Amino acid sequence: MKRLFLLLAGTALLAACREEEEIIPSTGTVVTPGENAGPIAGFFLLNEGNMGSNKATLDYFDYETGVYTKNIYAERNPGVVKELGDVGNDIQVYGSKLYIVVNCSHFVEVMDARTAKHITQLSIPNCRYIVFKDRHAYISSYAGPVKIDPNARLGYVARVDTADLARPAIDTCVVGYQPEEMVIVGDKLYVANSGGYRVPDYDRTVSVIDLASFKVIQTITVGINLHRLEVDNRGYIYVSSRGDYYGTPSKTYVIDSRTDKVVDELPLLPNSNMTLRGDSLYVYSTEWSYITHRWSISYAILNTLTRKVVTRSFIKDGTEKQIRVPYGIAVHPVTGEILVTDAKDYVTPGTIYCFTPDGKKKWSEVTGDIPAHVAFTREKLEPKK
Amino acid sequence: MRTLYMTRRALALLLVPAALPALAREGQRGDTIRELEAVTVHGKPVKREIVPVQALGGKALERLGVYSVADAVRYFSGIQVKDYGGIGGLKTVNVRAMGSHHVGVFYDGVELGNAQNGVVDLGRFSLDNMEAIALYNGQKSTILQPAKDYASASAVYMTTRRPVIQAGKRRNVNAGLKGGSFETINPSLLWERRVNERVTASFSAEYLYTSGKYRFSYARKNGYDTTETRRNGDVSMARVELALFGRAGAGEWMAKAYYYNSARGYPGASVREEPGKFKHQDRQWDDNFFAQATWRARVGERYSLLVNGKYARDYLHYLSDPRVDVSTMYVNNRYRQREAYGSAAHLLGIRPWWHAALSNDFQFNTLDADLVHFVYPRRYSLFTAVATAVERDRFKLQASVLHTFVREKTRVTGANAGQKSIFTPSLVVAWQPFKARDLHLRGFYKRVFRMPTLNDLYYTFIGNKDLEPEYTTQYDVGLAYATGHPARLEVQVDAYYNQVENKIIAMPTSNQFRWTMLNLGQVEIRGVDVAVQGSFRAGGMELSPRLSYTYQQARDLTEPGSPWYGGQIPYIPWHAGSVILGGSSATWSWNYSFIYTGERYEAVANIPENHARPWYTHDLSLSKTFRREKHATRVTAEINNIFNQQYEVVQCYPMPGTNFKIKINILL
Repeated sequence: MKRLFLLLAGTALLAACREEEEIIPSTGTVVTPGENAGPIAGFFLLNEGNMGSNKATLDYFDYETGVYTKNIYAERNPGVVKELGDVGNDIQVYGSKLYIVVNCSHFVEVMDARTAKHITQLSIPNCRYIVFKDRHAYISSYAGPVKIDPNARLGYVARVDTADLARPAIDTCVVGYQPEEMVIVGDKLYVANSGGYRVPDYDRTVSVIDLASFKVIQTITVGINLHRLEVDNRGYIYVSSRGDYYGTPSKTYVIDSRTDKVVDELPLLPNSNMTLRGDSLYVYSTEWSYITHRWSISYAILNTLTRKVVTRSFIKDGTEKQIRVPYGIAVHPVTGEILVTDAKDYVTPGTIYCFTPDGKKKWSEVTGDIPAHVAFTREKLEPKK
Repeated sequence: MRTLYMTRRALALLLVPAALPALAREGQRGDTIRELEAVTVHGKPVKREIVPVQALGGKALERLGVYSVADAVRYFSGIQVKDYGGIGGLKTVNVRAMGSHHVGVFYDGVELGNAQNGVVDLGRFSLDNMEAIALYNGQKSTILQPAKDYASASAVYMTTRRPVIQAGKRRNVNAGLKGGSFETINPSLLWERRVNERVTASFSAEYLYTSGKYRFSYARKNGYDTTETRRNGDVSMARVELALFGRAGAGEWMAKAYYYNSARGYPGASVREEPGKFKHQDRQWDDNFFAQATWRARVGERYSLLVNGKYARDYLHYLSDPRVDVSTMYVNNRYRQREAYGSAAHLLGIRPWWHAALSNDFQFNTLDADLVHFVYPRRYSLFTAVATAVERDRFKLQASVLHTFVREKTRVTGANAGQKSIFTPSLVVAWQPFKARDLHLRGFYKRVFRMPTLNDLYYTFIGNKDLEPEYTTQYDVGLAYATGHPARLEVQVDAYYNQVENKIIAMPTSNQFRWTMLNLGQVEIRGVDVAVQGSFRAGGMELSPRLSYTYQQARDLTEPGSPWYGGQIPYIPWHAGSVILGGSSATWSWNYSFIYTGERYEAVANIPENHARPWYTHDLSLSKTFRREKHATRVTAEINNIFNQQYEVVQCYPMPGTNFKIKINILL
């Protein structure tokens, strides 16, 4: 008995000494020599983190110092319960603020772009992407009203007044099934409806919302399982269709925003993600087939004036062989440097690659889990105080 | 009676002569099938087995003060329980880091199947009518056993209580009522009676309701500190079992029917959210039924036969409804499984020191689901095992070869996986170097595989019919030592090296909402298991301390060149251990138990972001029996996680803090 009490006392002591869990600090690495930054001070990279792991993280790269800093959110916001949240799906800098759409945490995180400090959060269930026009933010969401058939649940676009974030009034405009990316051209907002939860009855439409009335004025039939939108300098909207992973492959469509009609279909441009700089549309595709059980990965640059593929490999030095699953793409608006992220197996840290405009690797660095979304910033991020 | 005893002796002679006295005692009670019980409950020392085995039974199990089998097996060395928290949370076991798909789970001698996803939720099996739980590494060292008993890398055997009706009594009744934290209420009834000279019957039923609500905290040093309540973890379940045990001629038989029905909530991962805003109302309904029968007979001097049969059907309904939780998407699926199984095993004595066995098993599985593009698979499996056992001059050897043939059909032509025909061997040796010393050196080699589950192969948008089986290879060397009488000390130490090849892992496809299964993983495991148990008397009390320790290095060798190559695989701690101090006097019984799980990582990248701190819990239970002439009343109080440690076993699934239970049993 005595021994038992000793043991109990010992273990009680042990129980009392369990170390408190620390906030994981950021880690900064010089990945390239610093350079004269120009108008773009740096970029934020949002790592999605695997669903259910609450591991969305934020990284920052500074052009002036050439330092890549991993995981900046937690240490700058120690009071925010459970850090950034679960599945970071989109990131944008607008005005002086940084917006992150956290899909499975069901809100948009709003931060000061200069300090990455939490300001507020906008509650929008199952939110996906965010765009801005004037004083409003527009957020796509899967969580539309549930009618008689719970399986036929439309999504919506939410409108939030960014000038009054303290008391955000949220309007919604119901669109198609599982709406994804949006673009704004003039006074019209275009949103791609995927219908990804309605397999095999995918949605095929892009909804057009008139911003003045905040009502859908057009529904354009495009192709199945739509995802990304990108608008070029002449008002043509590029739409990616993910295909059905079986017989229907991924491809790219073009909508003319003047007529709101599909004017072109680019079957040879499979498209998982794209970004525009000047008249060049940078596209990659990681297409999975449940028939062959293989991925086919491809890269391309499309000239938006001619709609011809300029090159089928914008990475020129063989680095693409190291990229297992390209998952994010961005092009520096001034220098034309290309950023590509690799999500690898989705459960280990990924990698970000920076390529010179002519496709040579300039630097690369380990990121958080599932590096996916890049937002350039003109304001330099202040060091942590 | 005598014939029974003979059968047992034949078996015992084969492998475990030293156990004869214990078995002989057992034999008087006429229940040969429960070898396991013999191992554990009535003091047959564990070292008699020539493979590593650990068992908990009888009083020790009763005293432990835990609800489910999953909670009890945590005290074995070499085991990791993956626990999603709460009474309703999924609990699966992983033995020696090879993965939970490689653990066979046997219920009264017949394997519990789950062709759909290949793992058995041990959290569903309450200890209410459980008599013994044992863990075997490799396989049981009996060669008269179904071929399926050879077909997994390790096995957990659950043995339910068999009627033991004392002379002059017609029946036993044990009516119990448990209640405690998480708004749990758990009435149960066990009723046993003698039908006639040769047949006894038992009926066991239990009902459980729990709201599953508990408070948990997350905190960071110099940062946030929050306390929330776990919701939607409610469970309501009923279990009914009916069993008959009998003897016929030179054999004995058992037949049982089992029914389980439950409704439960899925609390989901605890991630950042506006607290309380979303309800998380995902629900699951289960309905399981099986009937099984066993017959064992001895024919002549040299031949024994063991026949098993089973029919099972399982129904699962999952619903996620946006009408009750706006954040969720609508999912409403029903899955139906059926299984038919038959086995015949034969044992032949060639010489007194040499035996041979042949087992043939057949199994048929179906899976129906209301998923789009579903192919409705049917699986036909044939298992054949040939085994031999030799014993000479304190040296024992067992060798076996298992042949597995699997063929599948699907409703859609060409959607089925190719057929498999695979041979896998095992070899077990043991040696007692000194006649006078109870020291045994042992070792085994086993190579075996697990089939991809029907989900792995056919689940719409995830399944991959081109999957290959996932192989494990095990090498084990160890010793077992026992000393002392009547105060006893038993020590088992084993070192092992395991490989897992072609590991089936889930991989996302083009985005993280679409996954698939691939044969990608490669794991190498080196470990040491230590199990010590003692029993002695002191001051009128019977004391039985147990201790276990596990060291494991489980390295992921999937991707040479990756910066995470060689990292410790997720959720496997380097160090883990447990202590149980149990004791009883004439009317009192008490138990203290401690579990320690060392630091580990939640992903193969062993970096601070994935680090998980060690956790350790202390549990206490105290029980008093009040005996009257015709009946007895037992009152038990339990307190678990005394120091209210806040911990997770699985990332984002918080475990309960301090919790209590009171139990009253009336025994007639």
